[in-house]
Amino acid sequence: MLVRQTRDVLALLVQTVYWVFVGPFRGKPVSRKGLFVQTVFAGVDSLVIVFFVNFFIGIVLAMQSAYQLEQLGATIYVAALVAVSVTREIGPVLTSLVIAGRVGAAITAEISTMKVTEQIEALETLSLNPVRYLVVPRFLALLMVLPCLVMMGDIIGMFGGYIVGVYNLGLGSGLYMDTTIEFLTVKDITTGLFKSAVFSMIISMIACYQGLSTEGGAEGVGRSTTQSVVTSFILIIIADAVLTAVFYFAKT
Amino acid sequence: MSDKKEIVISVKNLTKRFGSRTILSEVSLDIYEGETLVVMGGSGCGKSTFLRHLIGALRPDEGEVWMFGKNIAKADEMEMDEIRKQFGMLFQSGALFDSMTVGENIALPLREHTKLDENIIRIVIKLKLDLVGLRGFENLMPSQLSGGMKKRCGLARAIVMDPKIVFYDEPTAGLDPVMTGVIDKLTMDLTKKLNITSVVVTHDMGSVFRIANRIVMLHEGRVLEIGTPDEIRHSKNPIVQQFITGGAEGPISFVQSGEDYLEHLTEEIEI
Repeated sequence: MLVRQTRDVLALLVQTVYWVFVGPFRGKPVSRKGLFVQTVFAGVDSLVIVFFVNFFIGIVLAMQSAYQLEQLGATIYVAALVAVSVTREIGPVLTSLVIAGRVGAAITAEISTMKVTEQIEALETLSLNPVRYLVVPRFLALLMVLPCLVMMGDIIGMFGGYIVGVYNLGLGSGLYMDTTIEFLTVKDITTGLFKSAVFSMIISMIACYQGLSTEGGAEGVGRSTTQSVVTSFILIIIADAVLTAVFYFAKT
Repeated sequence: MSDKKEIVISVKNLTKRFGSRTILSEVSLDIYEGETLVVMGGSGCGKSTFLRHLIGALRPDEGEVWMFGKNIAKADEMEMDEIRKQFGMLFQSGALFDSMTVGENIALPLREHTKLDENIIRIVIKLKLDLVGLRGFENLMPSQLSGGMKKRCGLARAIVMDPKIVFYDEPTAGLDPVMTGVIDKLTMDLTKKLNITSVVVTHDMGSVFRIANRIVMLHEGRVLEIGTPDEIRHSKNPIVQQFITGGAEGPISFVQSGEDYLEHLTEEIEI
């Protein structure tokens, strides 16, 4: 069961990549309208929830670490801790989980409803490949949008830490920012963004696969949507562990 | 009359199994140009599975399906795409894409497969909507339509590429008698006016005898009888007779005999 599903998801990924690169040369590029609609839905419409989550996580991180660091008399390192943990881990992972819940679930619900109401079959009889027509726009939209959201989420998260640092812990505004910049490296940010790109592929592939393999009416739609979110969550966490090990613990 | 015409679809020894269950077994038949062939049979006799083989949604385990000179049982994805452009399919629920308006639904194949000017596409949408009696509906969403209207829109979309064959999956299921009549008339009109070959899967006896040139009766995955409506009506086969008259008693058993029934009722009871 698991082996077959893994193989099917990978097959879907191969087909998607094929249509992304080969489609335009066969005169069948991605529909711009579809891509636009999906980008707006996955990106613009997600801004508020992503900002909200990252902002408060930044605040909470700052408060929690301030409590510990105060005892060592090192309150200023709150800035470093917030910046590094948000850009490396919390930002990408939390944003991706939010998007898996918001966008991944919506993708699965939509595609699986199309499946159970014969719309996927209708696409095929109209000679429209469902992978090209439905999966590719969602895949590309998420791949573009998620790193952008993570980037913005990083900034908002650090801003949350800054609010606590300056207005609660009484650190100087300039000092807080200098410390942040001093401890933050480019690698922190780039690995975070790379991770988010991988997570975006997990979300779109799992969501589309679950949608396309749905069977059995309304109940099937519900089951697939749950499956999609749960599987995405698990795979995101596993991928995060693997990528962190590769980036920070692998011997070069 | 039909043997002078050209064969457009030829099914040879089509066999399909799902697991250990044989759904279709050695089905062979020819479909001629311009005729309306009705495939009928009880629920679960394999008629939907048969239709799905004709549109290439399922591949047979054994046998061949020839359409437009190609064996679609062996066609690859690109060949299949070309064949699919030459036929249309009306799904049971209409299968309109509910994220698009009626007009966008009908225009989709044109926009994707042709380089027609947008103005011409608009005219074609109007033409096809007029043909199915839905003038002025192009800007409505499918969710705003009734079941019969959805089917008629589905039909408009199925014929938008001017196909040579149209497949109908239970076109009148769940419709009132008047709407059934409307859909039947549309089917006949299209066949006559545009010389479209129609393959209709249904178990609505009223429409079967209204629209059919020939009837195929499937039973338990086999072709039980093929013939003109008159031949079928006067068939000596008791299964066919029971099916067209709709009797509850007969060779197609529904009510079990007394002894079996008692056994069935008590089989899980431990005394």
